[in-house]
Amino acid sequence: MSDIVATNQTILVVGGGISGMTAALEAAEIGKQVIVIEKSPSIGGRVTRLYKYFPKLCFPTCGQEINQRRMAANPNITVLTMAEVTDLQGDAGNYTATVKISPRYVNANCTACGDCASVVEAELDDPHNYNMSKHKGAYLPHNMAMPKRYVLAPEIIATDDAEKAKAACKFDAIDLDMQEETLELKAGAVVWATGWRPFDAAKIQPYGYDRIDNVISSVEFERMMDPFGPTGGKLVRPSDGKEAKNIAFIQCAGSRDRNYLKHCSRICCMASLKQSTYVTEKFGDEADVSIYYIDIRAIDRFDNFYQRVKENPNVTFIKSKVANIVENKKNGNPVLNGVNVEGYHRYANEHDMVVLAVGMQPSVDKNAFPIELKLNDEGFIESDEANGGIFAAGCSADALDVNRAVQSATASALKAIQVVNRVAQAEG
Amino acid sequence: MSNLNTGMVEKYRNNFLNEVEANVEEGEWVKMCMQCGVCSGSCPLGPYWDHPPQELFMMIRAGKREEVLESTSMWMCTSCYNCLVRCPRELPITHIMHGLAHYATRLGIEPKGQPTRQFAQLFWDNLAKNGRVNELWLGVNLYFMNGFVNGIKVAMGMAGIGLGMYKSGRLSIKELIGGHTVKDKSGFKAMIKKAQELESARVDK
Repeated sequence: MSDIVATNQTILVVGGGISGMTAALEAAEIGKQVIVIEKSPSIGGRVTRLYKYFPKLCFPTCGQEINQRRMAANPNITVLTMAEVTDLQGDAGNYTATVKISPRYVNANCTACGDCASVVEAELDDPHNYNMSKHKGAYLPHNMAMPKRYVLAPEIIATDDAEKAKAACKFDAIDLDMQEETLELKAGAVVWATGWRPFDAAKIQPYGYDRIDNVISSVEFERMMDPFGPTGGKLVRPSDGKEAKNIAFIQCAGSRDRNYLKHCSRICCMASLKQSTYVTEKFGDEADVSIYYIDIRAIDRFDNFYQRVKENPNVTFIKSKVANIVENKKNGNPVLNGVNVEGYHRYANEHDMVVLAVGMQPSVDKNAFPIELKLNDEGFIESDEANGGIFAAGCSADALDVNRAVQSATASALKAIQVVNRVAQAEG
Repeated sequence: MSNLNTGMVEKYRNNFLNEVEANVEEGEWVKMCMQCGVCSGSCPLGPYWDHPPQELFMMIRAGKREEVLESTSMWMCTSCYNCLVRCPRELPITHIMHGLAHYATRLGIEPKGQPTRQFAQLFWDNLAKNGRVNELWLGVNLYFMNGFVNGIKVAMGMAGIGLGMYKSGRLSIKELIGGHTVKDKSGFKAMIKKAQELESARVDK
């Protein structure tokens, strides 16, 4: 890795999701040197796990492909995958980052033929599918993975599986002696784009996510629609594999709640409205969707989308935060208890499956941040002069949808460019 | 107390929310309710309330003074605190319910025949006397809450349990005359008196 050139005119982008990619591209395409640090084996982040975007209901794979081509074609961008920033010292215009790179055990010879995966026996939870399915111990993170290169999971190293994978590789791409590396990289400015993670639904005790099979989270529901996903694109119940046509969505599952996340996660209303169209897409008039909400926050132009969903007779809106969920032991149906604000009627509604529209929280825990930054109570990075030449982009700054994350990333790229421009002027 | 009631009506005409904020314990929280409904759905006695907490909060904001204060609803609260721990905005709902019930009592417009209210009054009178609950007298008073004849019937029905409690030392016959007290009874009384003065000062201001 000694071929990486980093100076104090380099922009370091931490996180290779949609925000990090955007910031990197914006800076690189006007000629700045950019290094992208991505923790997982491929870039793309959580957007690669979406079936469709709101409000246009197009497939993220399309825009993702365009961005990946721009990344690949740009000589100013260096992408380091399986890499983490463990420390950052210095000031604006003169940072030194310590980056830890975990061994992939697969080198650049890999052609993604898959011969290694076919001989490896070990199966591990697949984080791309939120652990709803398994992948082999030698795997390609997902179909659009960039770099398109397999990974050997550390779990199979020093087992027979690793030797089998090595023997099966025709291109000498597997290097079992790869070691963890630590690099020191110079940078003039940093774009921090580590993104978000879904709120742990099991913490909402009354909803029984950890006890009731047919209570799932919205991110899991999204994976079900992927034809290459854990259910092969079918909307089925985890308990018995039966088609789930009568689906309830519970809004603010973790958000706007001082017991969990204080903030409004902003995306969940639109996510559920979007996901309600998945149910009608699959089942037509047999679809029976109920959305339990406090208020629908379909902000600005998204209101059109909300009005369209409201016109659908197969979608019912119930103004009530569900108090608790119990399981009907006979058929595995979740039963939702609560009081409807419109008339204060008490209900006990049974559904095939319940989707918790879980909130967004920063992927890096507030108390485990590797560098010193101004954070708010929720752990999002504040826009503060004290952060010097480090600028937050996308969901590390706030709960944002893809559109707003990209705007935020562009703004951060511009700020980072200004810092390195000042450095360039000073250095003449 | 009816004079106080009339006075309060004048003072807060068409502004019941302000009245609640100024006079009801934790009343200043009422405006924070966002009408999500978790409290009502979580209440184990919810189906038996005329108006669940969330509805009471909306009624307060809508100025439905008599309907709220004369309601039996808040007297149904058993202080299980389920609503309080689940409220997404951390409203002290249990305390507000007791605050409303207490305020209605001060004004003398509480629902008179409501059994949980009667029990609450009996319990308080019993406790305030000696600083300790005299369970024997509390039981006896409860038996005769609905008249003498009914009281005899209830007492006969409970005789077996009473005897069992007496035998196992859970009930002392000595409680009939005086009963046990706190060590410093006059100090206790002074404390209650002071608390009542402080509260009156707040309401009368």
